[in-house]
Amino acid sequence: MKQAVIRSAIALAMMMCASSTVVRAQDASEKEIERYREMISDPMSNPGYLAVDRGELLWKEKRGTKDVSLEGCDLGLGAGKLEGAYAKLPRYFKDTDKVMDLEQRLLWCMTNLQGLDTKDVIARRFSGPGKASDMEDLVAYVANKSNGMKIDVPLSHPKEQEMAAVGEALFFRRGGVNDFSCSTCHAEEGKRIRLQGLPDLSKPGKQAQETMGGWPTYRVSQGALRTMQHRLWDCYRQQRWPVPEYASDALTALTVFLQKQAAGAEINVPSIKR
Amino acid sequence: MTNTMKIAALALAAGFIALPFNASAQTAPKSADPAIVDAYVKATFGKAPPEWQERIVPDETLKTCNAFHNNVPSKEADAIVKRELAKVVYPADGKFLGDWKEGRKVANNGRGGQFSDKPDTVSGGNCYACHQLEKSEVSFGTLGPSLTNYGKDRKFAPDEVKAAFTKIYDSQAVFACSSMPRFGANKVLSEQQIKDLVALLFDPESPVNK
Repeated sequence: MKQAVIRSAIALAMMMCASSTVVRAQDASEKEIERYREMISDPMSNPGYLAVDRGELLWKEKRGTKDVSLEGCDLGLGAGKLEGAYAKLPRYFKDTDKVMDLEQRLLWCMTNLQGLDTKDVIARRFSGPGKASDMEDLVAYVANKSNGMKIDVPLSHPKEQEMAAVGEALFFRRGGVNDFSCSTCHAEEGKRIRLQGLPDLSKPGKQAQETMGGWPTYRVSQGALRTMQHRLWDCYRQQRWPVPEYASDALTALTVFLQKQAAGAEINVPSIKR
Repeated sequence: MTNTMKIAALALAAGFIALPFNASAQTAPKSADPAIVDAYVKATFGKAPPEWQERIVPDETLKTCNAFHNNVPSKEADAIVKRELAKVVYPADGKFLGDWKEGRKVANNGRGGQFSDKPDTVSGGNCYACHQLEKSEVSFGTLGPSLTNYGKDRKFAPDEVKAAFTKIYDSQAVFACSSMPRFGANKVLSEQQIKDLVALLFDPESPVNK
C-alpha cells in the first residue's frame, strides 16, 4: 500500500506537471526517496532495538522508595503480563477510573507501585543528545512484546467511547494562527507536504493501520526512538498549537481515535522511519 | 494499479475543483459534547501562556467548519464568506503587486508561529509545503492545487490580481472552510508580504510564469 501511495503521488505529480523535464526530475526524486526507505527499513540494523534492550533492564530494575521493579505493573492484562498488552492500549483501568495510554500507565505504576518520583523521568520524556529517556526505552520494550499481534483497543466502557469521540473531534478541530487541525494534512490519500507523503488517518483502513502498526519507531532524522506521544507533540508544534502537556488526556483521546482507525493492524515495532 | 490510478484521479479532481481537503468525509459526524471536548483541550493545553491558549479558541467561522468537518452546507458557507470578506483590508495605495523575489522567500519560509520558534521570528507563508509554484522547484506539496503559470493563465487580469490578494489575506473570504490559513486576517503575514506573494504569482518576470 505504501508503494501504491507513492505511486499515486508520482502519478498525481506527473499529471499536474506541465513540462516533461519536471516530470523526470520529480520521478527521480520519488525513486530516490523510495530507495532510501527500503535501505533504512532493515530490522537487523535498526538502532531502535537498542532501546528495547535498555527498556527491558529498566522494566526489571528495582527502583523507588518501595524498591520494586515494574514487573508488578498491570498494563491491562494482569500484573506483569506484557504479551499483547500494547495492542489493547489505551484502555480503561478500574483502579484509576481512567482511560490511559501506555505512557500514562507506566508513570502511574512508577508513582504508585515503585514509589518513584517521576519528575526526572518526565523531564527526560523525550531523549536528546546525552539525555536518555526511560519512557522511550520502556515503550519500545513493552510495545515490542505485541509484535505480530493486531491492534484491538477496547471500546466497550463508556469512558473508552468518550475518548474515541473526543479524539475524533480533536482530529478535526482547527486552531492556532494557521487554522490547522490534524485533518488538514491527514484527511486525503496520496497527498504530500513538500516531498513527504501523508497518511490519510481520517477513515479506518490501510493507511491508518500502516501508520499506527509502526509506532514506536526509530526516527533516523532525529537519531532517536520516538513514541506516539512525541509524534503528537511534534504534530501540534507544526500545527502552531501550544505545547501539549505530556501524557495528558487530549493526547490519549487522539491515540484512542487513531488506534480505532487502525484496528486490525499488525504491530511490528520498533519500526524505522525517516 | 487500477486502484492507484483511481486514487490519483480522485486526488487530481479534488485539487481541480478546490474542495476543502477532507471533502471525502461525507457522513454526518457524530459529535462529542463540545463542553467535554473543551475539558480535554484544557487538560492538555491549559498550562500554555494565555495568548497561546487564545489561539486555539475557535472563532465563529472555525466553530462551523469544525462542526461540519469542513463540508459546510451552502447557507453556512455563505455566512462564512460574508464574515471573512469583511476582515480583508486592501492596500491603502491600491497597489497589489510587490516584489516577486521577496515573495519567493516568503513562499519558501516555513518558520514562525511554532512553539519551537523564537517569539520574534518573522513568519513565512510556506506555500511550497502545499503548492507547486516555479517549475524548477521539485520539492513541493500537493495538498493545494498547482499554481504554476498562475498569472499567465489568468492573462495578468487586474481583477484576478485583486482576487489573489483576497485569497491569501483570507482564504475563507473566497471559499468557506478552505484548508488554507487566513494569512492576513490572522496576522501571520504582513500586507507587504502578501503583496510580494501576489507579485510571485502575477509578475510576468516571476519564475512562476516562465
